[in-house]
Amino acid sequence: MNNFTYTEAKSVTAAAAEAANQSHAKFIAGGTNLIDLMKYRVENPERLIDITRLAFDKIEEKKDGGLRLGALVTNADTAYHAAVENRYPLLAQAILSGASAQLRNAATNGGNLLQRTRCYYFYDTATPCNKREPGSGCSAVGGFNRICGVLGTSEHCIATHPSDMCVALAALDATVQVTGADGERSIPLVEFHRLPNDTPHIDTNLQPDEVITAIDLPAEGFAKNSAYVKVRDRSSYAFAVVSAAAALTLDGDKIKDVRLALGGVAHKPWRIPEAEQEIIGMTADRTAFQKLAEAYLQGAKGFEHNAFKIELAKKTIVRALEEAAS
Amino acid sequence: MKKEENKPAGKKGFSRRNFLRGTGLTAAGMVVGTKGFAGEFAPAAAPVYGPDEVPVTLSVNDGSYQTLARPDEVLVDTLRERLDLTGTKLVCGRGACSACTVMVDDKPVCSCLTLTMEVQDKKITTIEGVADGDELHPIQQAFIDEDASMCGFCTPGMIMSCKSLLDRNSNPSLDEVKKAVRGNLCRCGTYPHVFKATLKAAERMG
Repeated sequence: MNNFTYTEAKSVTAAAAEAANQSHAKFIAGGTNLIDLMKYRVENPERLIDITRLAFDKIEEKKDGGLRLGALVTNADTAYHAAVENRYPLLAQAILSGASAQLRNAATNGGNLLQRTRCYYFYDTATPCNKREPGSGCSAVGGFNRICGVLGTSEHCIATHPSDMCVALAALDATVQVTGADGERSIPLVEFHRLPNDTPHIDTNLQPDEVITAIDLPAEGFAKNSAYVKVRDRSSYAFAVVSAAAALTLDGDKIKDVRLALGGVAHKPWRIPEAEQEIIGMTADRTAFQKLAEAYLQGAKGFEHNAFKIELAKKTIVRALEEAAS
Repeated sequence: MKKEENKPAGKKGFSRRNFLRGTGLTAAGMVVGTKGFAGEFAPAAAPVYGPDEVPVTLSVNDGSYQTLARPDEVLVDTLRERLDLTGTKLVCGRGACSACTVMVDDKPVCSCLTLTMEVQDKKITTIEGVADGDELHPIQQAFIDEDASMCGFCTPGMIMSCKSLLDRNSNPSLDEVKKAVRGNLCRCGTYPHVFKATLKAAERMG
C-alpha cells in the first residue's frame, strides 16, 4: 500500500466536506475491497476518511412498510436480520451466496454497492485498462475475457459489476439514499451504476463528495416467490459467472407481477422492466420464462472466451423463475 | 516492553523467530487499564493521522495494548510484528484464504484487510485468546484429537471460524460446519478432519 493520511469523519457533512476538499481522498468503512485494491496498487488514495463512526448502522422500519438498511450495517448483519430473512429472502440469499463469512462480517452495505470490477486487467497494473487508467486501452476485449460482460459493453470496457447483493436489490426496486455537500438525494438502484460507454473509470452516479447513508427497500419483498440462482466455477467463495434474481407475484398459475435482474453479465445489475411487462398475465411456466430470457439477452454480444454466457444466462433465468414459482 | 511469551523453540533456547526478531526493532508495550501516552494525542476536531506511525490502543484478548501503527498498517501486521502475537498467520494478504482470521467484536474477520486504526475501540480476539490459561478450548483439543491440522498454517484461522460457529450454535449440523469454514482455505485438505473435530467439540461442550 502507498502511505496515506487518515482521519475520522464525525458527521456526514464533515465527511462530505472533507471529500470535496481532498481530490485524492477515499471513504473507508469495511475496507474489504478498498484495502485489497490498495495492496495491488490499483487504488492509491492520499487520504482515507474513516466513516465507520457515523450513525448509519441500523436497520429500521419505514412508514411505507418498507425497510431502511443503514449503509454501515454489515452484509452479514443484513442477511441475518429477521426482517430481511422473513420479508426479503431474495436479498438474504444473494448476500449469503457471495464472499466468505469473514468478508461479509466486515463488508458494509454501502461498500457493497461501490465494489469495483474483478476484471483481471483492472487488477493487473502492468496492463492497459481504461477503468484504471482512462485512455490506456482495454486489455480484456482482445484478451482473456471469460469473466467479462456480454450486455451493455463498450469498445472501451467489457468489465462486469461483481456484486450479488446489488442484483437482488435491483430486482427489489431498492433506492439508494445519499448525502453530499449539496444535501440529500435518492437514486434508484437500477440508475446507481453506469454502463461503461467512453467513461468506464466512473462506475456509479455517486458524486465524489457524496456518502451513501442507506438503502431503502419497498414494502413488497416477494417473500413467497423469489429465488437467487448463482452459477459459478466452484460452489463457494467465487464470483458469479452468471446470476439471476427472480421474483414473482402469482394469481393462481398466472403471473401478476415479475421482477428479474441479472448479475455477472454487465457493468451493472441488468434489469429490463419493459420486458417484464410482456409476460404479465401469462401462465407461470417455461414458455413465459423462456420468452423473458430471450428478451433479456437480446442484443447480447459475446467475446472470444465468454460467448457461452449468453446461453447460460438464458438457462439461469429460466431456472431462477422456475425456482421462484415453485 | 511486553514480556516475552513465546517459548524458544530451538534446543538451546534459540529459534528462527527470535533470531529474526532480534534483527529488527519491535515497539510494543502492554499497559492494562491506563490511557498512557495516547492521551497526548487527544483529538480536537477531526485530527489527521499519519502517514508516519501514530500511537494506537488495542484491546486484544482482554489486555489493553499500546503500540504504534501507521495508517496503512493492517491488523495482522500489528499483531504479529508489534505485539508478538504470532499465532495469527498471514498467507494471501488479500482476504482470499482467511488464514489471518481474528474476531473483532466476536465476529470473525480477515485481519489482513482490517486497518489497525479502524479497530481501536473494538474487542479483538486472536488464537492466543481462545484457550483458558493452559486449558485448551474444546475446539482446540478436538483439532488435536481428530488430527485436523497438517502443515498448520490455516489452523489458527480455521479454529477461529469453528469457535465462532460454536459460540452461536452449540449443536451445528455437518452442513453448518461446512458453511462456517467456506472462506478458510486448507491446501493440505484437512477439511473432513476439521468437520469431525468441530462436531466432536460441540458434543463435548453440549
